[in-house]
Amino acid sequence: MTKEDIAQHVHGFVAKFLQGADFDDDDDIFALGLVNSLMAMQLVLFLEKEFAVKFAKAELKLDNFRSVERMTELLATKLQPAAN
Amino acid sequence: MGLEPDSSLGEAFRRYAVDTIAPRADAWDAAEAIPRDVYDDLAARGWLGGSLSAEWGGAGWSAAVLGEFCAAIGGASMSLLSTLTVHQMAMSMIAQWGDDSLRQRCLPAMASGVMLGGFGLTEPAVGCAATEVETLAEKTPEGWTLTGTKKWTSGGTLADGFVVLARLGDEGATAFWAERSAGGLTSKLIPGMLGFRAAMNTEQQFDHVPVAADGLLGPPGGGFAFVFNTGLDLGRFIIAWGALGLMRASLAAAATYATTRRQFGKPLAEHQLIQRHLAEMHTSVRAAEGLCRRAAALRDEGALNSVMETATAKYFCSQAASRVADLAVQIHGAEGCGPDRPVQRYFRDARITELIEGSNEMQQIMLGQYAVAEHATRPPGQRRPRISS
Repeated sequence: MTKEDIAQHVHGFVAKFLQGADFDDDDDIFALGLVNSLMAMQLVLFLEKEFAVKFAKAELKLDNFRSVERMTELLATKLQPAAN
Repeated sequence: MGLEPDSSLGEAFRRYAVDTIAPRADAWDAAEAIPRDVYDDLAARGWLGGSLSAEWGGAGWSAAVLGEFCAAIGGASMSLLSTLTVHQMAMSMIAQWGDDSLRQRCLPAMASGVMLGGFGLTEPAVGCAATEVETLAEKTPEGWTLTGTKKWTSGGTLADGFVVLARLGDEGATAFWAERSAGGLTSKLIPGMLGFRAAMNTEQQFDHVPVAADGLLGPPGGGFAFVFNTGLDLGRFIIAWGALGLMRASLAAAATYATTRRQFGKPLAEHQLIQRHLAEMHTSVRAAEGLCRRAAALRDEGALNSVMETATAKYFCSQAASRVADLAVQIHGAEGCGPDRPVQRYFRDARITELIEGSNEMQQIMLGQYAVAEHATRPPGQRRPRISS
C-alpha cells in the first residue's frame, strides 16, 4: 500500500462521516472544527482496525492525528516496507 | 439495528431480568448494596464480559446486543446496571489502551467475575472539568503511586480494581489501573443517595496506592483525550439503553396499573387524561428505541460520528426517562409513592441518568455545536462549520 493509497483511504473515512466537508490532506481537522477531541479516540480505533496496526503509547498524541497527511505519515512508518 | 423482539438472546436477557433481577431490586435498594453472587451468576452465563472478544473470555457481542442486555438490566435495576457500566468501561479501557500483560492479567478475570472493575474520575472539587483532577501520580522504581480522593465512585466497595485519572507531573491527566489488593485504598460508602441507591457509591481515598509497571493506560497526558473518552463514550451508550429499559418498565407498570385500577366506574386507562400520559410515555419509548438503535448501528460500523450520536441518545433517553417515570408515578397516585411499587425507585433512578457520564449540560454543549455542523445550510464550496476543538 502506497502513501497515496493510505491518504486516500483515511481521507475517505473522515469525509464519509463529515457529510459534505471540504478539507485538504494538510488541513488541521481539529483546528477547523471538523472533528472534535471526543472523536479523536474514534479515529485511532478506526485506523488501528482498518490498517491492522497498533499505535505505541508515544504515538498517541493528538498532533499525530490532526490531518490526513500526519495520519498517513504515521501509518506509513508502521506499514513499512509496504508503504513507500 | 437492535435485536428483534423475538431474538432468543434478547428474550433470555429480558426473562432473566424479570425473573431474577427485578424481584430483588427493591431489597437491594433498601440495603444499599448488591451481593457479589449476582455478578458471579452473570459471569456464569457469559454476560459479565459479553462485549469482550473471545480472546479475553468474552462473547464478542455487537453494540446492538450489548444495548439490549443493558436495557433489560436497566428495566430491572439501574443500580445493578450502574455497577455493570463501570465494569464494562474499565474492561473497554484496558482492552483498548492497556499493555498485553495487563490485558492478560485482568480481562479474563473480569469476564469470569473473579475481578470486578470500577472507574475513578470525579473528585470532591472536580466534576465535568475532568482534566483538572487533583489526584497525583508519582513515578517509582516499580511503577507509580496514586494519592488523592475520588468521589461518587460506583461500585466502590465492590470493585477489585479501578481505572483512575490522575495528574502525572507536567504530562497532565493520565490514566492508571490501580488494584485494591496493592493496599492503600479506603472505600467509604455514601449512604442515602437519591437514586442508584444500591450502586455502592463511595468516596475513595488513595494513599500512595501502588500501580504496577504495566498499569499505565494510554499515553502520559492522554488519559482523558484517549482513555477516559473511550470509557465515557461507552458509559453514555450503556446509560442510554438502561434509561430505555427503565422507560419500558415504567410504561409496563403504568399501563398494567391503569387497566386494573378503577375510578368513577371504569379503569384508569379509559380516562382520557390518563390515555394522554400513556401516549406520551409510549412515544418516548419508541423514540428512545430509535436513537439507541441508531447509536448501536453506528458503533458497530465504527463510524466517526457514533460518539456524537451516542451522546444524542443518552441526552434524549435520560430526559425522557425522568418524564416517563414521573408519569408512571402520577398514574399510580399515592400507590406510586409507597414502598410496594417499583415506580418510585424508577423515578429516583431516572434522575441520576441526567447527571452521570457527563451531565446533560455537557451533552447540550457538545450537541449544540454538533447540530450546527450537521444541519446548518451553506453555499456550495463553503467549509463545514466548526463543532469544537
